[in-house]
Amino acid sequence: MQIDHALEWLQTTRIASAIGENEILFPWIESVHVLAIVLVVGTISIVDLRLLGVASRQLAVRRVMRDVIPYTWGAFAVAALTGSLLFSSDAVHYAHNRLFQAKLVLLALAGLNMALFHLIGVRDIERWDTGTGHTPLATKAAAAISLALWIGVVALGRGIGFTMH
Amino acid sequence: MALTLNQICHWIDHTVLSQSIQAAGWVVPTVQTIHILAIAVVASSALMLDLRLIGVFWVGRPMKEVTARFLPLVWWPLLVLLATGMIMIIAEPARSLKNPAFQLKMGLLISALAVTFLFQLLQRRNAAFGDSVARPRGAAITIAIVSMLLWSSIIFAGRWIAYYA
Repeated sequence: MQIDHALEWLQTTRIASAIGENEILFPWIESVHVLAIVLVVGTISIVDLRLLGVASRQLAVRRVMRDVIPYTWGAFAVAALTGSLLFSSDAVHYAHNRLFQAKLVLLALAGLNMALFHLIGVRDIERWDTGTGHTPLATKAAAAISLALWIGVVALGRGIGFTMH
Repeated sequence: MALTLNQICHWIDHTVLSQSIQAAGWVVPTVQTIHILAIAVVASSALMLDLRLIGVFWVGRPMKEVTARFLPLVWWPLLVLLATGMIMIIAEPARSLKNPAFQLKMGLLISALAVTFLFQLLQRRNAAFGDSVARPRGAAITIAIVSMLLWSSIIFAGRWIAYYA
């Protein structure tokens, strides 16, 4: 298959084979990956719990999003970079791993959920983000979906480690 | 009679509980996922507090309010971490208890808890501790940086347990 050829080529690049063969490079990159994903999930939860109306209720939703989401993005960039490096070291195997495929699907869904919220969910934010702590049902749904998807991403990520070797 | 670490590991390994966890392959990955999710809460809450102490996050909000929001989320998930950590030890006692990465992780954990406790003491003595107007700032910034380094190192050491086994 065309994609497998591309992945085989990816595995043979110098950086990928270095990660695959060096005994400490993989664990170090993996440690940074775990630290980054932990901060992605933890910081996005702060926003999601506010959107659910569970925590930080005395703060405006817009304030919490503006102050916290930059850290989520920073951590996500590190997680994506380190994840790509780990993937490159054994690309064909990862690409055929069912849990890895499912993890990518959940990541895509999390992205879609966030995009929909930012395009549609915040349209009338000025009407409901008035300091009462309450949020509309659709907003709560988006937050609950986000939390569920990220918990799924962590579970699948851990599962990949048990099914790769 | 003093038991050696080897004997303790051997004994735990042969308990019914350990044997049944080992027989059910899904327990360890599931427990590890819950462990990582709890770490996400602790590490992200500690990060928010530390960034507030340094003076880059929620600077306009009083330290007392930021502490009320995030400090309980540093302490309470530790119960979940303790419970899931115990299950992992029971499942594979030698892999953890005799592991230098695990021993280092426990040392780092005690240090992180001591730093968190020290922060609480300083804040109890002076409610404005860490507030951007309160001087001197040196102690607050030092505590924040040490805390961030310790929690990151704990996550790294946790991942390295798998590579020393």
